[in-house]
Amino acid sequence: MAYCPTRLRTRQTYSWVDKPLDRKLHYQTYKEMSVKIEGRLPEIDLQVGQFVLIEGDDDENPYVAKLVELFEDDSEPYSKKRARVQWFIRFCEVPVCKQHLLGRKPDAQEIFWYDYPACNSNINAETIIGHVQVVALAPDEVIPMDLKNEKTFFVKLSWNEKKFKPLPPELFAQLDKLQEGNPRCQKSVEAKTKSTESPSWTTAERVVKRIESRHSTSKSRQTPSHPVTPRARKRLELSSFPRTHNTRISQQTSWASLESPGRMKRKVAFSEITSPSKRSQPDGPQNSSPALRTPEKAGEIQQCCAEDDKKPSPDGCMILRTRVAALKTTETSEERTLTPIKGGQKSSVVPSVILKPENIKMREAKEPVQDEATSTPHRIRRKSSLLTLNRMRQQLRFLGNSKSDQEEEEFLPVAKISASDSEEEEASTPPLPRRTRSNVSRNLHSSMKSSLQTPSKTPKKTPETRTPRHATPRIRSRNLAAQEPANVLEEARLRLHVSAVPGSLPCREQEFQDMYNFVESKLLDHTGGCMYISGVPGTGKTATVHEVIRCLQQASQANDVPPFQYIEVNGMKLTEPHQVYVQILQRLTGHRATAHHAAELLAKRFRTRGSSRETTVLLVDELDLLWTQKQDIMYNLFDWPTHKEARLVVLTIANTMDLPERLMMNRVSSRLGLTRMSFQPYTHSQLQQILVSRLKHLKAFEDDAIQLVARKVAALSGDARRCLDICRRATEICEFSCQKPDSPGLVTTAHLLEAVEEMFSSSYITAIKNSSVLEQSFLRAILAEFRRSGLEEATFQQVYSQHVALCRMEGLPYPTMSETMAVCSHLGSCRLLLVEPSRNDLLLRVRLNISQDDVLYALKEE
Amino acid sequence: MSSRKSKSNNLIQAEYLSQVQRILRERFCHQSPHSNLFGVQVQYKHLIELLKRTAIHGESNSVLIIGPRGSGKTMLINHALKELMEVEEMSENVLQVHLNGLLQINDKIALKEITRQLNLENVVGDKVFGSFAENLSFLLEALKKGDRTSSCPVIFILDEFDLFAHHKNQTLLYNLFDISQSAQTPVAVIGLTCRLDILELLEKRVKSRFSHRQIHLMNSFGFPQYLKIFKEQLSLPAVFPGKIFAEKWNENVQSLSEDRSVRDVLQKHFNVSKSLRSLHTLLMLALNRVTPSHPFMTAADLMEANQLCSMDSKANIVHGLSVLEICLIIAMKHLNDIYEEEPFNFQMVYNEFQKFVQRKAHSVYNFEKPVVMKAFEHLQQLELIRPMERTSVNAQREYQLMKLLLDNTQIMNALQKYPNCPTDVRQWATSSLSWL
Repeated sequence: MAYCPTRLRTRQTYSWVDKPLDRKLHYQTYKEMSVKIEGRLPEIDLQVGQFVLIEGDDDENPYVAKLVELFEDDSEPYSKKRARVQWFIRFCEVPVCKQHLLGRKPDAQEIFWYDYPACNSNINAETIIGHVQVVALAPDEVIPMDLKNEKTFFVKLSWNEKKFKPLPPELFAQLDKLQEGNPRCQKSVEAKTKSTESPSWTTAERVVKRIESRHSTSKSRQTPSHPVTPRARKRLELSSFPRTHNTRISQQTSWASLESPGRMKRKVAFSEITSPSKRSQPDGPQNSSPALRTPEKAGEIQQCCAEDDKKPSPDGCMILRTRVAALKTTETSEERTLTPIKGGQKSSVVPSVILKPENIKMREAKEPVQDEATSTPHRIRRKSSLLTLNRMRQQLRFLGNSKSDQEEEEFLPVAKISASDSEEEEASTPPLPRRTRSNVSRNLHSSMKSSLQTPSKTPKKTPETRTPRHATPRIRSRNLAAQEPANVLEEARLRLHVSAVPGSLPCREQEFQDMYNFVESKLLDHTGGCMYISGVPGTGKTATVHEVIRCLQQASQANDVPPFQYIEVNGMKLTEPHQVYVQILQRLTGHRATAHHAAELLAKRFRTRGSSRETTVLLVDELDLLWTQKQDIMYNLFDWPTHKEARLVVLTIANTMDLPERLMMNRVSSRLGLTRMSFQPYTHSQLQQILVSRLKHLKAFEDDAIQLVARKVAALSGDARRCLDICRRATEICEFSCQKPDSPGLVTTAHLLEAVEEMFSSSYITAIKNSSVLEQSFLRAILAEFRRSGLEEATFQQVYSQHVALCRMEGLPYPTMSETMAVCSHLGSCRLLLVEPSRNDLLLRVRLNISQDDVLYALKEE
Repeated sequence: MSSRKSKSNNLIQAEYLSQVQRILRERFCHQSPHSNLFGVQVQYKHLIELLKRTAIHGESNSVLIIGPRGSGKTMLINHALKELMEVEEMSENVLQVHLNGLLQINDKIALKEITRQLNLENVVGDKVFGSFAENLSFLLEALKKGDRTSSCPVIFILDEFDLFAHHKNQTLLYNLFDISQSAQTPVAVIGLTCRLDILELLEKRVKSRFSHRQIHLMNSFGFPQYLKIFKEQLSLPAVFPGKIFAEKWNENVQSLSEDRSVRDVLQKHFNVSKSLRSLHTLLMLALNRVTPSHPFMTAADLMEANQLCSMDSKANIVHGLSVLEICLIIAMKHLNDIYEEEPFNFQMVYNEFQKFVQRKAHSVYNFEKPVVMKAFEHLQQLELIRPMERTSVNAQREYQLMKLLLDNTQIMNALQKYPNCPTDVRQWATSSLSWL
């Protein structure tokens, strides 16, 4: 994970180590390959059966795989050195939409056996970066958290694009066999002269430098035995890169593993006897994380190791020769593996020595505790354990709280929380430096709250405050549960709400089938394509697409179609057309980037061959909003699917049928292709069917009433939303008009007519009828003026003179200019009149916004 | 003794009066949700039921309250929210977001305001809001997370709703309505607007997502009800400290409402505007005339107030003009009569004025041309005349085309009240041919 060597920086040469094992035509198999990195002395030997990192799309997270075969293929024109691998998949590589299938938070170093035969396992050997260590664990084993080795991965489950499964036993055994085999390999490496040791140190240093530039400080500091020289440390602290998502999760889970009330109590007792720490140590919590392992904890680890021993594998984990491994030993491994490493370490690394003996000591905690430790490390341990203890307690609180509590907590201001925290803490550890405490609270709640308490001084805060990008915002939950519908009408209203998702979509069977076939064929062929869907609002376009996707997802669960990733973007939910790249990238990979960068990344992704790529189905809603002057967005969206490697199916939705012809340039509409589908407005019988299907087994409406509303809406727009809204309103009217609240009658045609009237009747006429006398006579004056001049427009002055004359005729008091002006602007604000801005005064032009007949009709009534 | 007693009585009365003024002014100026609603019971019931369903059942809704200015839209929603919040279980369960189209002039500001009012800015962190795009996706994500049964309903109140429809792409409205039509956090979107054509402003996809519920407030009461409102607005509450004084005051209000001249005044006011706000203006003006020496409102006060209300603002300006300026205006009026509303320039007006001066040399002093020009420019500054086109630098001011912004009737009325108007000028105003 820490390694992200790119070819740009280091040139690596690959060469076969020994003679080919097996020679066929154009095909020679090897056992070992050595990688020589320019400027570095030692060569890395890659052997068949080892676990390796392979260069991928993402520099931060290279692919993990097991080497199955190394061979040279002469038939390939360019890269002759090939390798066959068995892939492992990281959690972040699992499609975002399926990540929830894991059902828990993944551990930071957890990877999954990728059990998916369709995936291309033949790779170019020169994309291999280096070794990693992969440890197979039984499903019930806890991933050891004290192993902060970034080069160690843990396999517990396999992933076959549909679900996570525990590793099959034979596979597990196979992996374990590898583990057994590997110590030998390592020993052989360790047995080499000191020259091997020091180069591995140099590579480690390289790692450190990388970490400086790429990784969050806190993360790198979590690896305590890391050989960080003081100079490097300084730089580490200064660097302020945003913490990655993984880091936080790993932190949380790492604390989660400590959850045990008994130990907790022990800790509290422990802290009480602790002397007040005098100097505040900002690095304390991180640095001391190994020191946290108090005797009991260490014992547990011991136990866990013991359990490991009983399992088929004698070793808790296997150690491949890795670049960091020499320095960062795996503490859970048997003493036997540990000893040589300890020796090697003492000779090479100074900073980690302080912590190391302590760790070893704690591992032996079941045995009588050795008192040989000097007072200095001891005190450090006390103090740091105190600090970590606080962190832990908060974490425990955090984890222990019920979900609703958590959500409520999100809304509490931080000051309050840290106040309550401090109360608790003061009971046990009053002398804790304040700054550390706020640090701690920030650690825990930073993802949800801004801390207003202390200005950030320590460098580690900078990355913390950036985490909110990954915060999951949500509206707080309600205190009182929502009431369930009490009577038939309420139930009907619930079902008639547009948001209620029907089990099936009636009346769109044909469209559904066409679309399903289209997407399915693309999925089966591993190709891409575009489809353009048009139709007026409320005809079920988006709903049908959702339904298709839902069915396809079900089918892919049942292995009928290959798995695919589904992404949805909506033009109206973007602030700016180019944001669509950002959204797609984020849904696809979870990364964030600027629009420009995202476009490049996506282009790279869709234009280059991916090793393990499943088809992506992209729904672009409200396509017309993505129109730009250059039309580059539409062009890209329709261009990507044409690439063979992209495996992208784009479904686009817009309102107008002729959008491709009207709006798009030729080169864009040509790429869109001719796969069009248009959704016709619903006919009255279809609307009726929709209503009936929604109200199945619920007698709330008269049959005639349903037919009436279906016909009304079909005549107006054919918008299903309208239809549902009218029915919903009708149930309300029925409820109001009904005398007995317990047993309201059926919704009748009268109720529906009233609802239709309410929603569609023009309010202009009522507005005129209810306007004041002067307003009405002003309207009359306008009509008179129009009749006199024969035009549909008049200046205010002309209307005013008519108005004065009218008022005189009708015996109204003389209207002053100001009054008349007020009347005019009042009518203008209602948009009964269209008027110019009033600074034109007498000269402002007045027009009617409704027909003269309507005005006459409205005025005549009374 | 008696004088002292009356003095102390006066003091008490003054005390009461200041209280009366305070109470009534608050009533007229603040839209307090404590006052009664008039004639909107049906609409009120519709709205409150809708809000309750959102609060209790988590049903998403959208509604527009439409009515001319001063018809009590804000009052209605405030009343409804107050009633809703009085029920404890609902007040805990409901979040409110108030937006105003005049304040949140674009979606970016509106989104920030929503985030702030939902107390979500804590989640965003110290970083004082990222880009507009981040903000939108953040908020949408937040709202999407919820579902009908578990999330706290949010009531969005969009004042001056029509202005939101002018935002780019109507992004905010689309998203709000889309949430209200999908199974996300329950929301009630309530728009207040005075435009009757509001639905035509909405884009068709936005319109389709709007539930088309409209509550119309139309001031649909008649004059008898108006009188009742008048009485209710002026009467003192029962809890007023001075019982006797309050009784007297209320009796006076009762007698006022039966007074014929008062009715005439109110009728006239009612004819102009049915809006309660204009009634408040009238009553406020009348209330200001109430003093300890004049403790009870009379019909004369109301008549005076009505006069102030219905006064022509331009007539007042004309009253303050000099004779020369009046002469110029009369000259313009004649030009308008002769050339049928065609624009004129200074030279024409000056010539017309010269003709008059030559005929009646004895009555009006013959001013020099620059002085007349100055007067002309003053009229322009008062916006009694207006240039047809924008003034350019090199154009000769004498020949710039102008239009008069006074009506003939206005000029004649103003002249009648003009103090010390020379008789010749008045004659000249009535007829340009009077010298014949």
